[in-house]
Amino acid sequence: MPNFITSYLGSKVTPGEAGNQFWALVYVFIIFAGVALTVMWLLNWIERKALAHFQVRLGPMRVGPHGLLQPFADALKLILKEDIIPTEADQFVFWVAPLIGLLASFTVYTVIPFGPSQAVSDMNIGILFMLGVSSLGVLGIVVAGWASNSHYPLIGALRSSAQMVSYEVAMGLAVISAILMTSMNASGTGTLSMLGIVRAQQQQGIWFIFKFFPLGLIAFVIFAIAMVAETNRTPFDLAEAESELTAGYHTEYSGLRWSLFMLAEYAAMIAVSSIAVALWIGGWMHPFPNLLSTPAWEFVFSLFPGLTFLGIAAIAFIGAARMPAHSFFKIQRIGLAVFAALLGFVALLLFVIAVAGRSADGSLAARFREGIDYLYWFLLKVAVFIYLFIWYRATWPRYRFDQLMRIGWKVMLPISLGVLMLTAIVGVIVS
Amino acid sequence: MNPALNTAVNAGMAPVGTPWFFYVLAGLAVASGAAVITRRNAVHSALALIVTLLSVAGLYLMLYAPFVAGVQIIVYAGGIMVLFLFVIMLVNIERASKDRRFNRIWPVGLAAACALLALFVSAFVKGKALFPERGMPLPESSNTQQIAAMLYGEAGRMGQYTFAFEIASLLLLVAILGAVIMTKKKI
Repeated sequence: MPNFITSYLGSKVTPGEAGNQFWALVYVFIIFAGVALTVMWLLNWIERKALAHFQVRLGPMRVGPHGLLQPFADALKLILKEDIIPTEADQFVFWVAPLIGLLASFTVYTVIPFGPSQAVSDMNIGILFMLGVSSLGVLGIVVAGWASNSHYPLIGALRSSAQMVSYEVAMGLAVISAILMTSMNASGTGTLSMLGIVRAQQQQGIWFIFKFFPLGLIAFVIFAIAMVAETNRTPFDLAEAESELTAGYHTEYSGLRWSLFMLAEYAAMIAVSSIAVALWIGGWMHPFPNLLSTPAWEFVFSLFPGLTFLGIAAIAFIGAARMPAHSFFKIQRIGLAVFAALLGFVALLLFVIAVAGRSADGSLAARFREGIDYLYWFLLKVAVFIYLFIWYRATWPRYRFDQLMRIGWKVMLPISLGVLMLTAIVGVIVS
Repeated sequence: MNPALNTAVNAGMAPVGTPWFFYVLAGLAVASGAAVITRRNAVHSALALIVTLLSVAGLYLMLYAPFVAGVQIIVYAGGIMVLFLFVIMLVNIERASKDRRFNRIWPVGLAAACALLALFVSAFVKGKALFPERGMPLPESSNTQQIAAMLYGEAGRMGQYTFAFEIASLLLLVAILGAVIMTKKKI
């Protein structure tokens, strides 16, 4: 057994490729816990704070310093709430609907390439699997709206299904044009595997967003719009338009079941952002991987994770120092200072690892450093997308349904078809 | 890398609990398939059909055909079934479920089912003579590329099924145009 556990530590492939079920399971648990905690705590807090600041409000301030513990209080409240199933609802389907969405959005994480070996598995059909499974998520929404046996949820569900089916087309075509770009190598064979797509960008020395400028950029923009529609976020959140449909498909849901819907939605946001990062923004690679890949530059880039944590720690320290001097704020001040100290300790740890593993000699420290680098750059890019999602929500008004359909079918579909054809033509001419 | 891991990597995708997965997936497919035709509620039938399609996708995966499994999920479970549900929700199910069924098509269904059963039985009995003992095991890691080579050809020559594939896609295009023209009187 110890041999089985340590067997993977020396490997440079994903647990799925190595056929190592133990490490695959460990990865699955890490990802599940990480995503659930990020969504529940960080995303929830950042979204509320950022939206509040966009609207010149303070946002949550009372539970913990600057409302940092507010998400935990909310989670506790949601868990303790009564679980209501309407009498006229279809009991079983009502019960199972949130789980469908949750399963769909978490299954996608098995193929997300956080790093060359930091993924649960590398499937030959990676991107196809991701698109397929994430499109199953809409079933949860549709079924929830129907099972509620109520008008607003049903309208929300109908809107959601129509919207998904329309935007999936443009999304798929944009993805295909990125897959076409992976075949621009000596053998002329492309790949659908997520790791393979990132490696293709590494080999060609260019992120696909810049390839065949502006074709890659247009495909990326199409995908970026479609992914907002796929996750039912503003400005495409017609399925839960609160000014028209109360809360849309989850009107009848309360307590824990409602929070499962939210968890699924946010997990899906991270998942589609990861697709965009892996397909167009170079996945786990740091900026300019083709020019700045000397050992000195590698060392500079490996300092970034520590610097980031140091920066957040500094912000937290400033926050603690700027707390009002009244004795009411004493506990909050101490709490924030401890939080800052913890972040500073993490930063110190990251610096130590960066310095200890700076020589790429395959030692344990070096592999640790590499893994942290991959994770950092991937997650940083995903975080930018998540912030964009929040930014959209604060900035744009909701589309009308006919506008939504017009954009999906009459604007995005022709453009993505055109980009696909042009990419193919340019690819043939170049190669 | 230690030797135990090396052998696992060299063996490609080492099968894990294969018979167990097969029986679970096959049982699930049959049970939910039965549910599709026995449920009176159309939405329940549709949900059971989704379970059937997904378990069949799992069976494709076990046959080392990941591309077909992915397409099964993306096209049938993700696309067509969403449209099915969309249409079912627009129909008044409560009234439809109380209506007496006026066309008796079950003899036809029974005949079709019997014919299919006969086909399966004959395949089971005569299969050894008809099919090769061992199918050519396509490597799982290049399944998609193999399909592409068959459909589109490689290195400048036409693939085995290019012509049939193009004809089929042309047929689909005609069907799409026909649907548009039938629903929109003036374009």
